[in-house]
Amino acid sequence: MSAAIGQAQNTDAVLDIRGLNSRFGNNVVHDNVSLTVHPGEIFALVGSSGCGKSTMLRTIILLQQPVSGSIRVFGREVLGLNDEEALPLRRRWGVMFERGALFSSITVKENVSMVLREHTRLSAELIDEVAAVKIALTGLPADAGSKYPSELSGGMRKRAALARAIALDPELLFLDEPTAGLDPLSASGIDELVRSLRDALGLTIMMVTHDLDLLWRSADRVAVLGEGHILGVGTMTELSESDHPIIREYFYGPRGRAAREQAWKRK
Amino acid sequence: MTDEQIAYLTIETDTSSTPAIAKVRCTGAWIVQRIAQLEHRLEAISWLTEKDLVIDGTGITALDTSGAWLLHRIIRELEQRGQNVVINGLRPEFGALLQLIASCTMVPEPPPPATPNLLTIIGQKSWSGMLGGYGMLSFVGECALILLRSLIQPRRIRWRPILHNLQTAGFEALPIVGLLSFLMGIVISYQGADQLQRFGANIFIADLVGLSMLRELSPLLTAIIVAGRSGSAYAAQIGTMKVTEEIDALRTIGVGPTELLVLPKMLALIIALPLLTLYADVAGVFGGMLMASSKLDVSFAVFLDRLGDAVSLSSFLTGIGKAPVFAAIIALVGCYQGFQVTGSADSVGRQTTVSVVQSIFLVILADALFSVVFNWLKI
Repeated sequence: MSAAIGQAQNTDAVLDIRGLNSRFGNNVVHDNVSLTVHPGEIFALVGSSGCGKSTMLRTIILLQQPVSGSIRVFGREVLGLNDEEALPLRRRWGVMFERGALFSSITVKENVSMVLREHTRLSAELIDEVAAVKIALTGLPADAGSKYPSELSGGMRKRAALARAIALDPELLFLDEPTAGLDPLSASGIDELVRSLRDALGLTIMMVTHDLDLLWRSADRVAVLGEGHILGVGTMTELSESDHPIIREYFYGPRGRAAREQAWKRK
Repeated sequence: MTDEQIAYLTIETDTSSTPAIAKVRCTGAWIVQRIAQLEHRLEAISWLTEKDLVIDGTGITALDTSGAWLLHRIIRELEQRGQNVVINGLRPEFGALLQLIASCTMVPEPPPPATPNLLTIIGQKSWSGMLGGYGMLSFVGECALILLRSLIQPRRIRWRPILHNLQTAGFEALPIVGLLSFLMGIVISYQGADQLQRFGANIFIADLVGLSMLRELSPLLTAIIVAGRSGSAYAAQIGTMKVTEEIDALRTIGVGPTELLVLPKMLALIIALPLLTLYADVAGVFGGMLMASSKLDVSFAVFLDRLGDAVSLSSFLTGIGKAPVFAAIIALVGCYQGFQVTGSADSVGRQTTVSVVQSIFLVILADALFSVVFNWLKI
């Protein structure tokens, strides 16, 4: 099975979290959290700073161990897998880290082609070409490939990180704060990129974000995390009608209102 | 992996219709994990030469960007040969993906710059060497100026970081410095014992151990250990701060990085290294003495008695006197290399290595210069 579009997509969830508990010391981060992400959707996880969004993401991609719970990705339990067992799963998902996490000692193109070199048996020539295609897909200029990450601007670095995340054509893409630290123009570029990638490649995307514009424009469903629980899950319109105080605060703060009005105007 | 999952391509000529239609039938999953074999087969394939070609994509069960790129490349190559290519039977979503990939026009990368000839390499190396030397000199100058200013206005001296550095670079180095000099004392005594015994000159073991340890070995050994322990730490710390823009932040809040980061380290090391050297002297002589009493029957009392005659005060002081110079070299080189870090994690590692190699090299060079000068002055 693969990420490719058109393959029979089963109705099972791509990602299914049940009863997740995690804590740092005595500080409870997640208290019995459950979530489901369906194939082909853009799912966003939001919440105030420090509410455990990034911890959740890190737990799903097996960088952190929860206290208890179950996480099934592509129908397979991932908790308790060792590195070797996790490898087939890791090839099927791509991760873009908040600050890019590009390898600073090699060029952008080598960052992308390294993944292909490690996990496929394609010829060096084809790998180079495919890497160039991925870099072009993310909207980077052609000469960016031969640059080192430290020579790129913040927005370009994000795009390069995205190019590396989609190197193996993953079925599931995790984005940690895809628009944080970008100017509005670059940020809306990323919105469009995320949607066009989903439409063209049939990806399932799970992202953690603070960006209300990105939520209104791209997210199919949104989950609000707060006080260790999921406070609400639904489309942006549904959530904006919620009467939970924290959700209201989140969506009806001055910025939330502005983003919502923008979204209405677009419609 | 079953056959129908692997990307596949067959060429056939449909002769039932006139004119004959050349057909390229693509089947299987054209995805990144499944196209490796196809790619290798493509090199050996003999393409049809008909003017009109039909690519039949009905059998493609899956397509991703890598597969789409391969298909696009095949089509492009055929078209470049002047053949008309028609694509048939591709699912609409695959067609869209193929369009998207085709629209990612690839601008050929600029060719890598030609490899420079030997003369250019020599020129570039000497130029960058000169720039490095110039940079180092200006850094030393800057530090000297700031040191001078601090001495004139002692209020400006930051005692807390000095004390902290005294602890980390000085006190915490005591065990390793002590152990290594003790072992060095044992080694010298052990090696010398055999030779001295042959001439019945057992007592001169005190001269051998005392002079070699106090004048040369313990200052050098201590400096090398400290360069490896603390010089590298200085470079890595300042380098990482540079990567995370902390150095720039210091500048913007009006605190000179040299004053805050370099000066306390240098002053602390200038204080700590002579003390460590003294400690190394004691440990080394003790090691030698232990060996002398067990191998040569020179008792502690006799050894110490002889040591007092053999090692003059000036010998002891020349040893200790070198330490502050070594300390300044280690601290300055470590900090300077830290400031040379640019941008990446890789660079931190490289400059740290350079700092250790350079400071050990300069310490030994300085030691050689000291020997020449002392010899000249007849100390």
